[in-house]
Amino acid sequence: MTALAPAPVAVPDPEAHRQVAVVSRKAPIAFAVVTALFALLLLVAPREGDATFRFATVGDLFTIPDATVPGMGTAWVTVALMAVATVVAFVLASRRRRVPVWLSLLFAFVFLVGFLAWAAAGSASDIPAVRLIGGSVLLSVPIVFGALGGVIGERAGVVNIAIEGQLLAGAFSAAFVGSATGSPWVGLFAAVLSGVLVALVLGVFAITYKVNQVIVGVVLNVLVIGVTSFLYSQVLVPNAEKFNDTERFSRIAIPVLSKIPVIGPALFNQTIVIYLMYLTVPAVWFALMRTRWGLRVRAVGEHPSAADTVGIKVERTRYRALMIAGAIAGVGGGFYTVVSVSSFGKQMTAGAGFIALAAVIFGKWDPIRAALAALLFGFASNLEGALSIVGAPVPSQFMLMLPYVVTILAVAGLVGRSRGPAAAGEPYIKE
Amino acid sequence: MRLELRGITKRFGSLVANDHIDLVVEPGEIHCLLGENGAGKSTLMNVLYGLYTADEGEILLDDEVQSFSGPGDAMAAGIGMVHQHFMLIPVFTVAENVMLGHEQTRGGGRLDLEAGRAKVREIADRFGFHVDPDAVVEELPVGVQQRVEIIKALSRDAKVLVFDEPTAVLTPQETDELMAIMRQLKSEGVAIVFITHKLREVREVADRITVVRRGAIVGEASPGASDAELAALMVGRAVELTVRKDAPTYSESALVVKDLEVSDARGTVLVDDVSFTVRGGEVLVVAGVQGNGQTELAEALAGLQPNVRGSITLDGQELVGRSVRQIIDAGLGFVPEDRGVDGLVGSFTVAENLMLNRADEAPFAKLGMLQLKARDQFARDKVDEFDIRTQGIDVPAGRLSGGNQQKVVLARELSRELRLLVAAQPTRGVDVGSIEFIHKRIVETRDAGIPVIVLATELDEAVALGDRILVMYRGRVVGIVPSTTPRDVIGLMMAGIAPDDAGEAA
Repeated sequence: MTALAPAPVAVPDPEAHRQVAVVSRKAPIAFAVVTALFALLLLVAPREGDATFRFATVGDLFTIPDATVPGMGTAWVTVALMAVATVVAFVLASRRRRVPVWLSLLFAFVFLVGFLAWAAAGSASDIPAVRLIGGSVLLSVPIVFGALGGVIGERAGVVNIAIEGQLLAGAFSAAFVGSATGSPWVGLFAAVLSGVLVALVLGVFAITYKVNQVIVGVVLNVLVIGVTSFLYSQVLVPNAEKFNDTERFSRIAIPVLSKIPVIGPALFNQTIVIYLMYLTVPAVWFALMRTRWGLRVRAVGEHPSAADTVGIKVERTRYRALMIAGAIAGVGGGFYTVVSVSSFGKQMTAGAGFIALAAVIFGKWDPIRAALAALLFGFASNLEGALSIVGAPVPSQFMLMLPYVVTILAVAGLVGRSRGPAAAGEPYIKE
Repeated sequence: MRLELRGITKRFGSLVANDHIDLVVEPGEIHCLLGENGAGKSTLMNVLYGLYTADEGEILLDDEVQSFSGPGDAMAAGIGMVHQHFMLIPVFTVAENVMLGHEQTRGGGRLDLEAGRAKVREIADRFGFHVDPDAVVEELPVGVQQRVEIIKALSRDAKVLVFDEPTAVLTPQETDELMAIMRQLKSEGVAIVFITHKLREVREVADRITVVRRGAIVGEASPGASDAELAALMVGRAVELTVRKDAPTYSESALVVKDLEVSDARGTVLVDDVSFTVRGGEVLVVAGVQGNGQTELAEALAGLQPNVRGSITLDGQELVGRSVRQIIDAGLGFVPEDRGVDGLVGSFTVAENLMLNRADEAPFAKLGMLQLKARDQFARDKVDEFDIRTQGIDVPAGRLSGGNQQKVVLARELSRELRLLVAAQPTRGVDVGSIEFIHKRIVETRDAGIPVIVLATELDEAVALGDRILVMYRGRVVGIVPSTTPRDVIGLMMAGIAPDDAGEAA
């Protein structure tokens, strides 16, 4: 036995490769640009008056007083703070160190406060913090469910471009079935089924027939848009009362939790679908990372032939994962018509599925991070509504672009080097 | 467990990959399957492992006929396989890889990782491996990854173990350790099939040797047979195993590499402070186990690496910072490591591939138009000169055999006025017959007074072809030694031990 003990040379230290720091000046440059643009905005369009932030709602456990600050003064203070953060970032970069995530988050937060103070200066209405958060959560729900479906699909090796289609199909089915039966529960179930159906079609082409997954996904999206638009104008519009008027889920306030100021009413006075989302995110994480099912799903997404050689049925595993992903995305679609509004509208998902896809990448294929990324995109969408309330001097068309701009910037610039499942997008072809 | 294959036949279209193969492996026996690349060894083993279904013939374990519909069945029956390209999931830990496919769970489908770790430790202890169950596989050296493959097979109680070309990625020392492990497995009664084309290893461990050529068994040999006998059996004719070359005559020309550093996008230094000089008229072999920076070094010489510091001068001209086109024009001939990916465009014809890097110059192009006659004439000349076996110059290069593809690459690179030749693993996946030819052409280039750099992972080739040998380990130069240096010293250098110490240790 002793003769077999490997000599120390045989197991060399894997850390032996020297590292040179890769300097990324992306963050400091981005900080500098944003700071400069904001300062320019303040100079070009100064605003008079105070801005009020409101934190309280009726029925809070205790009341946080409103904060009234001078608009321009606050904005200039935030510019100064942003400039400091920029300098720190440049110093870090010159010392070849990474800019920590918390600094980026802090920078974003300070900028947001300054921007809101400027926008609301002199406005008669105040900035409702509760609405800002609660609205973000609501707007991010379909994106979160879509992103979870995307994470599961890609972890199993199938790129799911058809999330948009699954959301739209879910929204339509929930409206149609929910209205016809008069039950939002049945509507939600129909949404799940239609999400699975779209996933099944994707699976047949992408897994069984090994068609390019991106093309199948895009075509499916167009197909779902066409089918739902057709049925909408032929069936739903003429019989709107019968087929396109769902009963919505009602809000359920969770005792005690819903009384916490600011976050209570925003997070814990919501409908069942949102509570379902709170549960689904950690559940998907647990299933992927800690169970046998998850290990096998990740195996077929990383190295399908290795999975095959240990007796895992690659195609069956991928199908199953894709069905589950479709069901989850379907719930997100159902949200539109059984929670958000009570009727279906043409192309009402408006690209949320593609933003969900971006959230998958921004969240580095991790369910929890992807959900947080979805929340960020939801926040960007919500900002437009909040700003129009305080009468901000920004054209609303410009604000409508915000979620998409944030998506592009997030995925292109700030995500850093991330590596997805190695075999995502590749059909498994046995030699 | 006794393994028997009876009349196994496997066809792919008109190609007969396995032709009525009979093979018996007894428990406690190392049975060596010797044959060239493409002889059908791997196909046979994939049939055995349930990855392919045989067209004819049957597999018997302890005299019972088996039918496998997939690797799962083969494993359940007690067959394990250590694949040439490891079947490990790089981002998983050792324990996760070992348990994958037969995971133990606690309530609710939760993985019982502790059971997986325990299994890894138990087997590792039995064989004296040092493997951390929680290490991520991609961060382990290849030698250790191979042990994980072995542990994976043993964790399913494999009684028949197939090693498919296991030594290709190992240092000579790691190879010795693998041999020891194989002997221990044998003493525990495991039936071992050892697939290889390396004669030295065969003679060292094999109890029985079966030689395969062109899909059929051509004979058995005893472990006592000489290299020449085994090679002749494998190739079907007598082959010359040594490279004939005279002492170098140096020319004025020289390549000087100084303080070269290559790093990847993540900042890992892959070529670390490398300096050397190659004079015209000599072959410098860059040796080392795969993945120790040789590939990146060669690519840096060809201008293919983005993050390069230091200097590379060819006859006084600086090459660092120049484009690939400029470097080619400066007289570099480059045979890339993976001809299928970097060397050829598989769907282009032989004629097109032969002029690929000169398509924009006379006589192949005039006023932006391809001169097809010049191209075809050139191609016919080169096909004759380099003895490229093809049905015609308009056959897609991808359809040629490995050796003939490599001749196309070599013909293209050697047909220009060269001032430097860099050949990365020029004989990988090439049949023995073509190897002789390729070696001969490389030596001719050297004798023409051109500096030649050859990357080699196999010691035999390094010693045969090189005038001097530069050994790399973890991106650094361990030493530059004459090719007359004892093999075991070079072997130890490949494991990172400085030549002086290696000399003493050996």
